[in-house]
Amino acid sequence: MRRGELILLPLAAVLVLAGAWQLAVMATGTTIFPSPGDVARGLGELAGRGILWSYIGDSLVRVVSGYLAAVIIGIPFGMALGWFPILERIVNPIIQLLRPISPLAWMPLAVIWFGVSNTAPIFLIFLAAFFPIVVASMNAVHNIPPMYLQAGRNFGLSTPRLMAKVIVPATFPPILVSLRIAFGIAWLVLVAAEMIAVDSGLGYLIIDARNAGKRYDLVVGGMLLIGVVGLMIDALFRWGTRTLMRREVTE
Amino acid sequence: MSKVEISNLSMRFGSTDVLRDINLSVREGEFVCILGPSGCGKSTLLNIVGGFIQPSAGTASIDGVPVTRPDPRRIFVFQERGVFPWLTVDENVAFGLFRLSEAEKRDRVTRYVQLVGLAGFENAYPRELSGGMKQRLEVARALAVNPDVLYLDEPFGALDSITRLQMRRELLRIWQAEKKTILFVTHDIEESVQLADRVVIMSARPGRIRRILDIDIAHPRDLSAPRYIQLRDIIFSEIGLAHQV
Ligand SMILES: Nc1ncnc2c1ncn2[C@@H]1O[C@H](COP(=O)(O)OP(=O)(O)OP(=O)(O)O)[C@@H](O)[C@H]1O
Ligand SMILES: [Mg+2]
Repeated sequence: MRRGELILLPLAAVLVLAGAWQLAVMATGTTIFPSPGDVARGLGELAGRGILWSYIGDSLVRVVSGYLAAVIIGIPFGMALGWFPILERIVNPIIQLLRPISPLAWMPLAVIWFGVSNTAPIFLIFLAAFFPIVVASMNAVHNIPPMYLQAGRNFGLSTPRLMAKVIVPATFPPILVSLRIAFGIAWLVLVAAEMIAVDSGLGYLIIDARNAGKRYDLVVGGMLLIGVVGLMIDALFRWGTRTLMRREVTE
Repeated sequence: MSKVEISNLSMRFGSTDVLRDINLSVREGEFVCILGPSGCGKSTLLNIVGGFIQPSAGTASIDGVPVTRPDPRRIFVFQERGVFPWLTVDENVAFGLFRLSEAEKRDRVTRYVQLVGLAGFENAYPRELSGGMKQRLEVARALAVNPDVLYLDEPFGALDSITRLQMRRELLRIWQAEKKTILFVTHDIEESVQLADRVVIMSARPGRIRRILDIDIAHPRDLSAPRYIQLRDIIFSEIGLAHQV
């Protein structure tokens, strides 16, 4: 495909989908489900009231806070598990036990622990991102080719130097990939996380629009916003990953 | 006094007898090939001498001191997979030089990049190099720290046969220029006769030394000389292979 087509064709697909949506609304004569125009008007109204951007901002702050906490704690923790077999033997069963529990299941506990505050949703987002990052960091250490470590020791590197010069760069690419995946998961639980304890944000917008006045135009608008913002952040990650790993084997 | 002294060395992994009663002494500056069938414990032996694993019995000593751990004075060269993909050619060569001043480091790097014929590729990453170039890079990284012993474990095994021949010539040139003691593991009979001062022929597992053969031919070696063919055939028959396919 030529460059123009690469942009035009997906755009055309979006327009076709919006057209089909419009036709379906007209054909069924529904008064509950909004048409694309209703959604656009609803979002325009939010922008007019000045809450559109603040909701996006609040959601981003929550997701980024929970996510960054997961990154800062998860990477060193996971790498330590990968490096010290005894630690892994002791802690890994607990991780494997907690990992399959959906962050949503933690909602009641989050409310008990953190009450009605910003901390509760941030905690849920933290949980969602934490386990994938820990597991990926652990595996990244396991998968360091043994001759890299052997060469490091052979040249007489102390453990901190081995860490900085071999272990970190060798685990960097797989961990970077996991960071992108973990952000996707964190963004995915945003709606659920904002169902509790907060009165702003895109997740809250969806819940609130339905509960207070059945504003389905805003429900759908909120959904689309979550999709668009998520897509943009993912594109940012892809660009970052490409830039950072340009010099290396990317396989 | 010999440089490397292996005495009564045995190795077991659990119930597997891998090496049995190995005795070998290597002179300073000697090029020794260790030759044997797959699984006979060649890599294990090299790893013990390199200090990466401890033998079950016996000792390996260098300059009269038993080896207990790896040491930058003796460097292990893997097949080209040991180079660091996140470092450039220059940075790979400088990897072991962290104790030196910047100026010394630069001198060494320039010298060894040149020596292995990678000049012009200083800023290339390994993924931009061919297999043979990566192998030379690993040799340069090892030589840069000025070790007195080099361990090479089938270093050319992954290369095509033309590159392999060129690499052997390069290695001999470097060995003669730098006067290193070399322990070189291979399962290629021709390779051992082309390179070594002595070939240590090992039996199948549990690995034992069957015979140590002097290769009394001066370098550069003529691969069609009667003595070359004779020595090669001795090894073939020692290993129990007729050299017919
Ligand atoms: N860490 C280990 N634990 C258990 N067994 C091992 C270990 N390392 C090697 N062995 C066994 O020791 C034997 C010799 O292995 P080694 O790698 O030294 O052979 P090799 O002569 O280098 O073979 P090749 O020519 O195929 O490289 C093999 O049977 C192998 O399975
Ligand atoms: Mg081997």
